[in-house]
Amino acid sequence: MEPSIPASAAPPTLQVRNLQTSFFTRAGEVKAVNDVSFNVGRGKVLGLVGESGSGKTVTGFSIMRLVDEPGRITGGQILFGGQDLVKASEEEMRQIRGNRVAMIFQDPMMTLNPVLRIDTQMIETMQAHRKISHEAARQRARDTLGMVGIPSPDERLKAYPHQFSGGMRQRVAIAIALLHEPDLIVADEPTTALDVTIQGQILAEVQKLAATTGTSIIWITHDLSVVAGLADDIAVMYAGRIAEYGSVADVLDHPLHPYTNGLLGSVPSRNKRGEPLRQIPGMTPSLLSLPPGCPFQNRCPRAADVCRQDPPMAEILPAHEARCFRPHLEEAGVAA
Amino acid sequence: MSVYLLRRLIQAALVMLAMSVIVFIGVYAIGDPVEILISPDADQMERARAIAALGLDKPLWQQYLSFLGNALRGDLGRSFVFNEPALKLIGQRAPATLELAFAAMFLAILVGLPLGLYAGLRPDGVGAKAIMAGSILGFSLPTFWVGLMLIMVFAVQLGWLPSTGRGETVEILGLRWSFLTMDGLAHMAMPALNLALFKISLVIRLTRAGVRETMLMDFVKFARAKGLSPRRVIGVHVFKNILIPVVTVTGLELGSTIAFSVVTESVFAWPGMGKLIIDSINVLDRPVIVAYLMSIVLMFIIINLVVDLLYSVLDPRVRLESK
Amino acid sequence: MSATTAAPAPIPAKAPRVETPLQRFISEFAESNIALGALIVFLCIVLIAVFAPWIAPQNPYDLAQLDIMDGRMEPGTVGGAGFTYWLGTDDQGRDMLSGIMYGLRISLVVGAGSAIVAAIVGASLGMLAAYAGGRTDTIIMRLVDLQLSFPTILSALMILAFLGKGITNVVIALIVVEWAYYARTVRGTALVERRREYIEAAQCLALPTRRIIFRHLLPNCMPPLIVVATIQIARAIALEATLSFLGLGVPITEPSLGLLIANGYEYMLSGKYWISFYPGIALLITIVSINLVGDHLRDVLNPRLKK
Repeated sequence: MEPSIPASAAPPTLQVRNLQTSFFTRAGEVKAVNDVSFNVGRGKVLGLVGESGSGKTVTGFSIMRLVDEPGRITGGQILFGGQDLVKASEEEMRQIRGNRVAMIFQDPMMTLNPVLRIDTQMIETMQAHRKISHEAARQRARDTLGMVGIPSPDERLKAYPHQFSGGMRQRVAIAIALLHEPDLIVADEPTTALDVTIQGQILAEVQKLAATTGTSIIWITHDLSVVAGLADDIAVMYAGRIAEYGSVADVLDHPLHPYTNGLLGSVPSRNKRGEPLRQIPGMTPSLLSLPPGCPFQNRCPRAADVCRQDPPMAEILPAHEARCFRPHLEEAGVAA
Repeated sequence: MSVYLLRRLIQAALVMLAMSVIVFIGVYAIGDPVEILISPDADQMERARAIAALGLDKPLWQQYLSFLGNALRGDLGRSFVFNEPALKLIGQRAPATLELAFAAMFLAILVGLPLGLYAGLRPDGVGAKAIMAGSILGFSLPTFWVGLMLIMVFAVQLGWLPSTGRGETVEILGLRWSFLTMDGLAHMAMPALNLALFKISLVIRLTRAGVRETMLMDFVKFARAKGLSPRRVIGVHVFKNILIPVVTVTGLELGSTIAFSVVTESVFAWPGMGKLIIDSINVLDRPVIVAYLMSIVLMFIIINLVVDLLYSVLDPRVRLESK
Repeated sequence: MSATTAAPAPIPAKAPRVETPLQRFISEFAESNIALGALIVFLCIVLIAVFAPWIAPQNPYDLAQLDIMDGRMEPGTVGGAGFTYWLGTDDQGRDMLSGIMYGLRISLVVGAGSAIVAAIVGASLGMLAAYAGGRTDTIIMRLVDLQLSFPTILSALMILAFLGKGITNVVIALIVVEWAYYARTVRGTALVERRREYIEAAQCLALPTRRIIFRHLLPNCMPPLIVVATIQIARAIALEATLSFLGLGVPITEPSLGLLIANGYEYMLSGKYWISFYPGIALLITIVSINLVGDHLRDVLNPRLKK
């Protein structure tokens, strides 16, 4: 179905429509991404939030078309710059990757090749996409390293990844993502493995970059507090589906889906001192044995008989969608 | 780096010393060369003279000390059988063994690396399955039996290749080499392949395992996410990472190839060190056994050192630690 | 039920099948037809070896039963004793089929026997090195390094040269050659496992060291140990055959597969292939089947390759 937000005139950078990605394992088909739709506007940041196993990372890899066997995209569209990436050829995808869509990975210790120097890893990225002299590419690499806040980039170019700290490595990875000034960056929990102070620095850096270059960002995280200060829109994923989708203000202040509500309740800072932390009872269901109907029903305090039906994604409030039969409308101050 | 090298050299010297003790005790403490070397008809006087001449009447530790002193001067004794310096005998036979071993290693990498790469990249394909089945065969086939079968097919049935010996040799730097003449190469073909068989399988498996593990690494996915061509991802990002274990192991295997040439040399009557040592064991020619062992250990140490240096060239992480 | 009920009856989710690790292991192992086939072949070989005295047409070690007139007969010839030599005879007039059956006995006993003793010695030392650490670890691992830096064939040759020929000495040589592989494997795994939380937890509970080692550490070191043991049995069988071929192994009166092959060497050039060929095939099938099983075991037991 057509997501209604954001409702601006310019076409969004990325439109994901009913995306389905499945893994075909020994135990059966695992629908890791199931009917996921969202838009990312130009220069906007979308926070893709969910627990591990909710399908948020697979969604990111699906956009990059980097889902490996035994997984594959089984349906839907990924519209990017007027092209459906699901149907793009491998060579077309190769030219888009790292050039117009870049990705930053979760663990900075693992994303850079340990046996290649930083300059090699940066220059090859440029030479993969355009005819550029080694010297010019080196110049650009140096400038980009400076841009992400790496001191004395000239020396650092000659270094190997193990000579960098985790935070510095992630900056290098971000610099590599920025080399071609992409239209879209898919950032998969890029700050999770870092110290909180470094995390803050990198968040600020990325926010600045997105604002100045007009790059759109999909920020994948399990941490609501990270996206609260960073994102324009939020999509909350649960068991391979989007549970709730809307602007940051709408979703965080008036959560509609009981799952979002539960997530917000379990963030320590949002509770009053002395109040016990609320938590969501039960465990994330296995994608192999989902109950029929709403996947959250077994953990949901508001579940009813109707929840055994599949809830549709619906625009329950203006520009605020949820996949729920019994959304939290009272708190949102709206009569049911 | 020089500190590192110095430390390694001291370590090497200690290993040599330890080996000399083990080898000396092992070889000299057990078995009685007197029985073999001196005619049973000899009288007491002759026996005693012979024993004294060979230094066998002294206590073991004295024998060891004089052995060690001589060894440091490059004298590991004279062969009881050939009545020539043991080291000279080893030196004469070494080129044959070395060229055979190097030819085998060369074959192993030439054949094993591409096959392993292919099998690692398409692990579920028919080709990969066939390669892996072949490599299991290569591991399982007893070397000596394969040698016999090679002789049976290529020498007896087809008559294409000579079955034994080194063929024509060329003298360079005072040593005789076969690999420079066509006849020598023809003689070397079967033994080299025979000796390489196990190593080919090893290289295939190492390469395949390396490829499979490396392909799962984040940095490979990141390289793909950068839009690199598959050729660059595999040829540079994956290949450089798997090269480290492959070079290390094949390098270290050179020593074992030299040792295992014992079997191949016996089958093909290749006149190398291996054939010499088997003959020497059978007649308890102790100086030759000792000389062979000590030179093999020395070779291993040199090989290990070279491999380590190579390893540090390939892996930047090690390079820095050793500085 | 009213639609306003806050807590509905929980919908029974399909209970996930609970597999014990062993069941999971068996089902994963059985996934490969090749490995399963290899296992069956290997079991057949074991049966043949065990029952050789009852099923072999001849006792090849009983010189009274051998007829030198029947020497070097081609496969399929009917001999003086009235039965057919399906695989021919060797120069002594020994029925090759019987010789192979008896030879398998020696190969398997030597291979498995040395592997088991070496596994016990090696695993104990490896565990000791990992758990004691410090100087004990250094000494044991130096010995392991020394042993492993020597190619198996070389160590074995030397030991046999000192001790003389015979099955017992071959087994001793094989144990000396093999123990280090087990020690290294067990130490490596144990060191990794030792740092895991469950060992820390066990130590915090002040469980006796012996209990921690045998009940917690050792079971977790088993998978790599089993893989190494499988491969080592195959290697031991091959090495015994090689040593016998070089004339340093079993005595000529009780030929193992390797010696049968060696006996055929001189007749090979005159085209009498079967004396060397068939024992070699038997040896090959044995080693291949063990290696195939071991190879698949490694894939199944290696958690790093799990999807």
